[in-house]
Amino acid sequence: MTEKKIRVLVAKPGLDGHDRGAKVVARALRDAGMEVIYTGLRQTPEMIAEAALQEDVDVVGLSILSGAHMALAPRILELLRANGQENVKVFIGGIIPDDDMPKLKEMGITGIYGPGASTEEIIRDIREAVKS
Amino acid sequence: MQTKQILEGSRLALSRLLTQVENDSAEGRRMLAELFPHTGRAHLIGVTGAPGTGKSSLVNQLTLHYRRTSQSKVAIIAVDPSSPFTGGAVLGDRVRMRDLSGDEGVFIRSMASRGSVGGLAQKTAAFVQVFDAAGYDIVIIETVGAGQSEVDIARLAHTTLVVEAPGLGDDIQAIKAGILEIADVLVINKADRPGVENTERALRTTLELAHPTKRVILHHGRKMNVSSGMQSETNLWIPPILKTVATEGTGIPELAEAIARHKSHLHQSGDWSARDRARLKSELDAVLQEELMSRYLSGSHQEAYEQALEKVTHREWSPYEAVRALLNGKLTDHENTTTTPL
Repeated sequence: MTEKKIRVLVAKPGLDGHDRGAKVVARALRDAGMEVIYTGLRQTPEMIAEAALQEDVDVVGLSILSGAHMALAPRILELLRANGQENVKVFIGGIIPDDDMPKLKEMGITGIYGPGASTEEIIRDIREAVKS
Repeated sequence: MQTKQILEGSRLALSRLLTQVENDSAEGRRMLAELFPHTGRAHLIGVTGAPGTGKSSLVNQLTLHYRRTSQSKVAIIAVDPSSPFTGGAVLGDRVRMRDLSGDEGVFIRSMASRGSVGGLAQKTAAFVQVFDAAGYDIVIIETVGAGQSEVDIARLAHTTLVVEAPGLGDDIQAIKAGILEIADVLVINKADRPGVENTERALRTTLELAHPTKRVILHHGRKMNVSSGMQSETNLWIPPILKTVATEGTGIPELAEAIARHKSHLHQSGDWSARDRARLKSELDAVLQEELMSRYLSGSHQEAYEQALEKVTHREWSPYEAVRALLNGKLTDHENTTTTPL
């Protein structure tokens, strides 16, 4: 009853309206025993950072299909740090060009998943990242 | 972690403390103890009702209203169910509360029920204490989408809203005891939908059935020391029925007004302190129960407990007989325990 649960915020920043992927991931994480806070579509970086703060999450999972990841990701990382939540691990799922992946990793994104990534892989990586 | 940070309004410290409290850590317990003298000021509003009646949207609108019309800081605890199989949860109440983001005077925390039944999580009452101490004037507790028996919220909150919607239950559902009886304010949300008159009529009938005893007792109870008939009337609280359309904000000022009236009723009638006492009693009882149990099992009784469980599993003892044997320390002496019931 008192074990530490992994808390994950699943958010969709930006303006595209496709949340199927985010919902599939949210459900898979739930089935892996995590507590998933789902915030829905069209979140601003400010809204995401605020929710992460109030919910004291270990992980933020961003679903980005709009191509705006190079603008959204650094902004969210910056806001998390400003709130004192530099320990929160940020994952991205969506359509990310290969060229951008190393840049995002360098900024501090922990994991990036494109179409076809397995939920098992995501779950394993989250558990690993939270442990360290 | 310092209590000072909480009292001074650090949101990061507050959020981290809630996690400590939820996980029942030693740190969390220490902080709760230190913060406890600072509690007792917030107005606790419970919001319950069946899934899909629009509780989250209503909480969103009500909070917006409070923030527009007053200086009150509002905390929201939104409880959603944990999966009984995996222990995981998807907590989705924030989806309906996006209007509240960016307001420093509002703090929303989602909470998984973590195996508790009754519509709340085990640590919800402790969360309330933390927010109360942190200076939130209003704490809104949104329960798990509740059916007919999830009535724990009435013990925790000062004012309990029960949210209904047209077309969800027929008249028989409304007559059933339980959730309707705990309502201080009844809300028919989605009141722009067809069938709202039927819902209202059913609720009104039920209220008349559900509350007669309460009225009589209070009435006669007050007769002793109240001189005028008018005053005794003010000591009755008959739950008002309000109609809202939460997605459009319709009926929200009236709802806030009814909640405020209930609050002043509680103060005038003395029910505020009575409810406070009842709430703290149930918290004390819960902690005592938990502590006695864990103390009992952490002693040398673990083996006896396992033996007793074995006997109960084989239908040799009933649970009552088993407990009796355990508490008397007579685990092997079965004959002496069968004749007298517990």
